[in-house]
Amino acid sequence: MPDSDLFWRKQRRLTLLLFILWLLLTFVMNWFAPELNELTVFEFPLGFYMGAQGLLIIYLAIIWYYNRRMRQLEAEYGRADE
Amino acid sequence: MFSLTRLQRYYLYYTGCFLAFVLALAVLEQHGMPPRWIGYAFLFFTISMYAVIGVASRTSDVSEYYVAGRRVPAFFNGMATGADWMSAASFIGLAGTLYLSGYQGLAFVIGWTGGFVLVALLLAPYLRRFGEYTIPDFLSARYGGNAIRIVAVVAAILASFVYVVAQIYGVGVITSRFVSLQFEIGVFVGLAGILVCSFLGGMRAVTWTQVAQYVILIVAYITPVAILSWNVTGNPVPQLVYGHVLKEVGRLEDKLFDMPAEVEVRKLYRERADLYAEKIMQLPNSLILEREQISSQINDLKASDTQMKDIVALEKLRREMPHDPDEARARWEESMYTALDRAKPPIHHAEAFPGQDEEQKLAARINFLALIFCLTVGTAALPHVLARYYTTPTVSQARESVFWSLLFILALYITAPAYAVFAKYEIFSHLVEIPIAKLPGWVAAWTKIGLVSIEDINRDGILQLAELSLNPDVIVLATPEIAGMPYVVSGLVAAGALAAALSTADGLLLTITSAVSHDIYYRIIRPDASTQFRLVISKSMLLVVAVLAATVAAQKPGSILSMVSWAFSIAGSAFFPALVLGIFWPRATRAGALAGMLVGLLLSIYYILRVEFDGIPLLGISGLHMAPWFYVHSTSAGVFGVFAGFVTIVVVSLLTKPEPATERFLSAIRQGKHGGGR
Repeated sequence: MPDSDLFWRKQRRLTLLLFILWLLLTFVMNWFAPELNELTVFEFPLGFYMGAQGLLIIYLAIIWYYNRRMRQLEAEYGRADE
Repeated sequence: MFSLTRLQRYYLYYTGCFLAFVLALAVLEQHGMPPRWIGYAFLFFTISMYAVIGVASRTSDVSEYYVAGRRVPAFFNGMATGADWMSAASFIGLAGTLYLSGYQGLAFVIGWTGGFVLVALLLAPYLRRFGEYTIPDFLSARYGGNAIRIVAVVAAILASFVYVVAQIYGVGVITSRFVSLQFEIGVFVGLAGILVCSFLGGMRAVTWTQVAQYVILIVAYITPVAILSWNVTGNPVPQLVYGHVLKEVGRLEDKLFDMPAEVEVRKLYRERADLYAEKIMQLPNSLILEREQISSQINDLKASDTQMKDIVALEKLRREMPHDPDEARARWEESMYTALDRAKPPIHHAEAFPGQDEEQKLAARINFLALIFCLTVGTAALPHVLARYYTTPTVSQARESVFWSLLFILALYITAPAYAVFAKYEIFSHLVEIPIAKLPGWVAAWTKIGLVSIEDINRDGILQLAELSLNPDVIVLATPEIAGMPYVVSGLVAAGALAAALSTADGLLLTITSAVSHDIYYRIIRPDASTQFRLVISKSMLLVVAVLAATVAAQKPGSILSMVSWAFSIAGSAFFPALVLGIFWPRATRAGALAGMLVGLLLSIYYILRVEFDGIPLLGISGLHMAPWFYVHSTSAGVFGVFAGFVTIVVVSLLTKPEPATERFLSAIRQGKHGGGR
């Protein structure tokens, strides 16, 4: 039982961390979009760039990282499914 | 290097086939094939492709029918989810919304992609490990009882039906534009296109058609903007280079916005709005006065020897006047708001949270974030999308397929802002401030359909920016013509828009019918029904719902686009709190979930009704209108609904006794040890 508890705890911690990261990027960062717009990347105002491209790529990276970590966790605790 | 599976090879051939077809049409067009035939060719070719796939995947097996036999690999499930997810609103509407509202429109891009992070982290793996057929299945297994199943079914049907009507409406618009079918006939042609896939093969056929539809829609979306990008910057990858074009647009904006003619036009519109406001204030006298004026004008004309034509025109004007003060108020208010809209100072494309004072800026900022919130939560709660994650073979494939879904969806969402910027550049540099007599042909063509309107309010014979009003749909549909591309590109765009609408409609219809046939009929009314009979019920429900939706769509309900965003709020507040707490909080109880779903659902509907409508004539209710809370628009009603849903579930659960049965259910979906389903 402690083994499976540990698996779930690690999965929950990973989920929570990534969720908080998502929350900060989506809501806190976008709140400051006018300030970000003062900066420029690839000829874009930064705030606009994040909304139009940057955030989307980060979202994809979050899911990619979650999947990778989960595969590792499953291998570690012998949960190769079905 | 890597070898292709059989499926991948099939779809590669299919894509090659489609591209060859487009090229062949392009060649034929050079040799004088009329545009109308190109439209027909696209319609016929794509719908028969879908039909072939639909017939080839026909099935009478329950698991095949509801969840495609759980044999869809992650990559293809991602593609199918992409097509399922991207509707006519994304394909046609998004770039136009970005064109009109600039940075504020990015809320859609962020919200509709950010939601998939929630799906990946909080829902998809658990739903797949549970492994039944529908979302109500999951809620009822977690919390127990039929009451929660019924609430879930009602919410699923409510959200999906509104959405499916919008798709079928979109199909009608596209077919009537591009192959000049009558709107109502177009609606039913589209219906046939939807039914050939879902009727025979259920989820299995829908899945494989959606993959095919994704290919068409993404090619159709990217082609015109890539050509545009090549023409303007010499680089065919618009996403990389439009930062530069955005800067150019900013320069044009600085030049245009403060030109004396523009300022004058905006002032004229403000005066017109004031005039309407005054007339509304003086109802009913103003209406009587106006009718008398026209009547006396007509009498004067009749007394003189003017041409009959002028008199007839005036009489027509008199006939079309509002019949009573209520109608006059409604019509004049609309004209007033249109004029006010045009009188507003234009906003810079990249400016975040624009406004004339601090209060307006704050309201823009709050609404931007509130809309993102509703769209993300709605994305993670719309049953037709979540049901797709039941179809993969394993839990880890379900996780992978969320990644692929987002990747395939991203291809369109990352292009849409570029689309808007390029279209704006074309219009600002080639359309505005030129003589109205010299406007290009597409302006007249789209004015006729009512999606573009121009009015020379200051009578200088030159088109000012404020005199041009574009319907958001026109940006995607007309860009090929705006940039002078051959008609085959327009046909391709129409085929892509059709694919987007049909694929979403398929997924939604299937969700509605499985809610009725599986959740209500099989689970509640007759659990002993044979599998054969369950499919018969399911297929006949499909026909009923499809015809019902087409009938509603044929009425051309007006505010269909805002109805779609309401669907997000409704789905989000009904499902999201109950699903997430159900998975992550063992203490959540049946009573809590039931109360939370009802409170969330009802609060959202209440907020939409009171902010958006003044009364419901059908029920004889009036004087409903209230001021929005914290400036939040009715499209973001879900902010309150979701929050209230969470609070209610927590409070009521803590007040009720814990349920020991949840432990077993939760350890099954979390650990995958005891085998939650198949």
